[in-house]
Amino acid sequence: MGTLSSLWLFSKRIATGGLIGLTISDRWFSFSPVKGFSMLPTLVPFTESSLRSLGGDVLLVEKLCLDMYKFSNGDVIILKSPTDHKQMLVKRLIALPGDWIRDPASRDIIKIPEGHCWVEGDNSAASFDSRAFGSVPLGLVKGRVTHVIWPPQRVGKIERRLPSGKISSI
Amino acid sequence: MAWTNFGFWARSVPHRIRNIPWQSISSEAVGRCFLVAKFACFIHVTNNYVFGVALVHGPSMLPTLNLSGDVLLVDRVSTHLGNVSIGDVVLIQSPEDPKKIVTKRVTGLEGDSVTFLVNPVHGERSMPRTLVVPKDHVWVTGDNPLLSRDSRHFGSVPYALIKGKAFCRVWPPEGFGLLNKGG
Repeated sequence: MGTLSSLWLFSKRIATGGLIGLTISDRWFSFSPVKGFSMLPTLVPFTESSLRSLGGDVLLVEKLCLDMYKFSNGDVIILKSPTDHKQMLVKRLIALPGDWIRDPASRDIIKIPEGHCWVEGDNSAASFDSRAFGSVPLGLVKGRVTHVIWPPQRVGKIERRLPSGKISSI
Repeated sequence: MAWTNFGFWARSVPHRIRNIPWQSISSEAVGRCFLVAKFACFIHVTNNYVFGVALVHGPSMLPTLNLSGDVLLVDRVSTHLGNVSIGDVVLIQSPEDPKKIVTKRVTGLEGDSVTFLVNPVHGERSMPRTLVVPKDHVWVTGDNPLLSRDSRHFGSVPYALIKGKAFCRVWPPEGFGLLNKGG
């Protein structure tokens, strides 16, 4: 009976830890690894060739901003892909509702509709972003990236940065 | 209380404070707080990943749902599993305001072509439009086309915005029952 009760206690601890961890990662903060090259040079993914590095960047993602959907232009955010709901993307927030931006597909100046945003990768040559799928609803945004926490030589804060001359908020 | 008694009482205060079992009280308080936190986490996970309760109101889903407010049970599992089909009543995060959750019926899945009138009030005067729902999007409409702001206005909705599938109405009591498909 001793092993059975300790097994029961162990599984109960695991379940409790899972519940608490899931709640914290939903409401306050979580960690997420970077895959893909769309945010180079800000964020570096894991590559086989880069022997010096200890793997790809791991990000600290803050979720508190989701309560009020308060974002600023230039924030690095993670969002669910509008073309595949199982995939997460990390992009830079370029424009918010009410801003004007040049749509590269139609060469027109378009206004970001209410409740939407415009996201682009820092590495525009290899990024699948709003230039391909247009503006995305803010509801898809799942958090704001604040820090790189791994590997040790790249630990640091992610700066809010805005490519100049892209938007105007007339 | 006589003064002598009070003096005795006052002298004994430090001793009595010392005798209070602070350690067991604080450990019990921490234990209680942890229990409450665990319960809150359990509620959060159940509500977000298994099933939830939602109060919905508004004219857009008449006559399926009442104007004054219905309480629905919302199934969150099938949306995570990708099990949403035409005719389901779903809760979606509004693409126009991320803080708002709206209830609509799925009337088109990815690849379907939908034909709609932007403004049915004008009848024949407005031309019907036809388009194909893009990949990983759904087309949602209210059951009441005259008083609903839905995909006809804001276009098809990314699948990731679906927050749950309403499957059962629990309030008001006379409307208790499963929500039927179609209609």
